[in-house]
This record gives sequence, structure tokens and C-alpha cells, in this order.
Amino acid sequence: MSDDLRAAVAAGVLGAEEQFQALLQSIVDVARAIFKAKASSIFLLDEEADELVFEAVAGEGSDSLVGQRFPSSTGIAGFVLVSRQPLVIEDVLQDPRFSRETAESTGFVPKGLMAVPLLHDERALGVLEVLDRPQDTRFTLAEMDLLGLFANQAAIALDLLQRARRAQAALAGEGDLAVVARVAETLEQQRDEEDGSRESALRLLTELEKLL
Amino acid sequence: MSEEELPAWSLSAAAVERIALPEEWPGEVTRDWAWGGATGAGARVCVLDSGIEDGHPLVGKVQQSVAISIEGDEVIVDEKDNQGDLCGHGTACAGVIRSLAPECELVSVRVLGAGYTGSGAVLLEGLKWAIEQGYDVINMSLSTTKQKFASLLHELADTAYFQRTMLVASAHNMPVESYPWRFSSVISVGSHEGHDPLEYYYNPAPPVEFFARGVDVEVAWNGGGRLVCTGNSFATPHVAGIVALLLSKHPELTPFQLKSVLYLVANNVGGGK
Repeated sequence: MSDDLRAAVAAGVLGAEEQFQALLQSIVDVARAIFKAKASSIFLLDEEADELVFEAVAGEGSDSLVGQRFPSSTGIAGFVLVSRQPLVIEDVLQDPRFSRETAESTGFVPKGLMAVPLLHDERALGVLEVLDRPQDTRFTLAEMDLLGLFANQAAIALDLLQRARRAQAALAGEGDLAVVARVAETLEQQRDEEDGSRESALRLLTELEKLL
Repeated sequence: MSEEELPAWSLSAAAVERIALPEEWPGEVTRDWAWGGATGAGARVCVLDSGIEDGHPLVGKVQQSVAISIEGDEVIVDEKDNQGDLCGHGTACAGVIRSLAPECELVSVRVLGAGYTGSGAVLLEGLKWAIEQGYDVINMSLSTTKQKFASLLHELADTAYFQRTMLVASAHNMPVESYPWRFSSVISVGSHEGHDPLEYYYNPAPPVEFFARGVDVEVAWNGGGRLVCTGNSFATPHVAGIVALLLSKHPELTPFQLKSVLYLVANNVGGGK
């Protein structure tokens, strides 16, 4: 069973994408609260388009930003993604060219930010940013470690989300094995039906499994 | 070096004299001996990053700017890159190095800015090119997590070490495997919370070898700007700058000796007295 198929069956059964998206949203909500920040966001790398996409946003910009894209090497987020190094910048207004266009297109120009790459195994999946913490709090290395822990959690969630999306693509696809995923999905949908068709189907599948 | 090439694998009794070292080590190695009066003059430092803004007030003159890119299977080295710094990060690192070693030679090798895809390969090629040029110090405030580049990077790091090019690389403070900072042939750097640019510590629990200033560092940024930044990215050029000072005063030191001197005058060793 290929990874995609396995994931397809799981996703078909569980309807996972929404759940993982909710998890990402919860991560940015908590990050924003813990760091007392104005906003926090998670960017997902779309490798095919070589772009970063706003995947979850808490605080300022949360209504309009999700789904917006920009080139993967733009601004601080792009640098953090490519260099795989976390960065903290206390006052971005002093940087005349700091992704001004990106920031202005989002309607929010932050004064300070922490950005950390989302790394899972050997892949860089995206970036977690925390924007505009209170000016009077000095940033500590302990907070950097905390951000790293959050990033780890976010990276796992992002990985699950990507798998769910690949899985749904497989479910919708025309590949030889897509039928198995569709059958799994149908079986799950019929879980509460009592006309016996589900049981018959499961018996047939058990026989098929023996045959294979 | 002696006129006659020494056998690489053994040392005969007659050959001992031929490996006499040009530098007399003092009984006690002090910071004054190590870099007292040094300006960085004569040391060639390469910043492998997002480019450097030439003429930035905190950076000064950049001696050469090079850009590495890959098109198809071909590695393209633009030895007269005029894109400057595409992010600001390389300028920040260069500013830190020049603040410590104002008269060092600075060369920018840009390996970032052309998108995420292929960035690992560009990093590898950039490092290869920089090592071929024989720079004294290469500052790498970046890393890759791609396993397929690890062994190639390892070879490059060892090549640099044996040809007297000191690689100074940012450690990761996240629970992931990344390279080249984990290799013992490079100097890996993490951050401490102090504010003295010459304050640094030897770490007896590797893989991170040294901790240098990396919190609330005022750095140069694009457009002649300045930013206050935190990250191992900024601790690394502090050590690169100190190494440039060391080499400007003691150009004969090998990476092994450089690491030894750095250890001996670290704040938690001899330099803390």
C-alpha cells in the first residue's frame, strides 16, 4: 500500500484536513497569547509554485490573509525558510526595504517579529511568525527555545495537513488505486446505515483480501 | 612550509626539524597575544549569505561580490554580482565582522535569493567555490537539512579544514539535524545573552563549540539601515570576526591551532581572568 493510498484511506475515513487546519489555527492562537503578540501566522511552502502561502493567522490580518501567496525567498519569512535559521527582529521599520510590499499588501506593517522555520525530517515545510510583541519586554534565549518547541508542533501539524491534501487529491484522482480509497470513504459514510449493504461489502472485502 | 614535501603519513626522526612551527607559543596564551593590536588586515573573509550591501556605513567597502546560481545542470558563478543584498541578513553578518576586524578583506558569495527550490544545491556550490578561492574565513549563518547534501558538505568542510580555510557556522537551536555546523572540522556557534562583542564561551558539551553574542545585536541592514536582531546567525560573525583578528596577527595558524587559541582565551577558560 503506497503512502498516498494509506493516507488517502485515512483521510477519507477521518476527513482530516479540517482538523489539521484547526490544529494549525490553535497553534497560532496559543503562540500569539503566550508571546502577548498582536499577530501570529503560519506559512506553508508550496513547492510546486515556489511560493509561501498564509495557512493560519491569529490576530491582525486574520480575516483576509489566509490563502495569500508570495515568492518563497521574499522578506524575512523567505530568508528563514531558505537559511533554516530562526530570526528575531526588534524593529523592522528601520529597514526601508523590509518586504514593505508584502507587508503593505497584507494591510499590516509589523514593528518587530520572531520567525522560525518549520522543519520536519529533512524538509522545510514553512515558517511560523510571531509579530509585534510588547516593546518593553526584552527577548530572551528561553523564548527562542519556546518558539522552537512551538515550531516543532506546527511542523508536525503542517506535515499532517499536507498528507491530508495529497490524500484528498488521490481520492479525487483517476489512478488505479483510487477506487480503494473511494470504497473506504463510502464505507465510512455508511457506518450508521442498517440495511446490511455495508456488512455485505465488508464480507466481500475480507474475501478479496484472502484472495490477494 | 619546508622546501621538500613531507611524507603525509609518517614522520621520520630526521624530519622532526622540518615541521618546526613558525610561531613560538607563549607560556600562557592571552587575548593580548592572540589579537592585541590586530585590525583584521590581511585576513580574507567570505560571507556566504544573501549578499552584502557595498558601502553600508557599518560595512564599508566590499572587495568582491559573487552570486552562485544553477540553471539545469550548470553552475553559474557571476563574479561581478550587482544585486547587493536580497534580504539584509548578509549585510548584517558583514557589519558584525567589520565591527571586530575593520581592515579585513570582505567577499560576498550570494547563495540565497533565487527562491527556495534548489537552494540546498546552490549553498553547496557556493561553499565549494568559496573553498576553492582559499579564503581564510568563511562565515555561514545558514544551514541545510537535506540529507543528500550532508556527505558532500562534510567532505567540503574537511577540505577547508586541511587547506587552512576556517569555516564558522551557525548552530541550530531546534531539534533537527542540519549541516554543516554539526561537523567537527567547522567552528559551530550558538548565542549567549551578554552584550560584549568579544565575550564568548567554549562549550564542553558539543556539538555546539562556542557561544558568542547573539541577543539584541544592533546590525547593519539594507538601505543603509540598522536593526536590532537576535539569533545564532548574528553570534556566528562575532566568532568569524575574532578569527579574522587572530589570523591577521598570526596568519600561519591552522584551523586546529585556531580552535586551540579560541579555547584557551574563551571567557570561561583563560580569557575570563
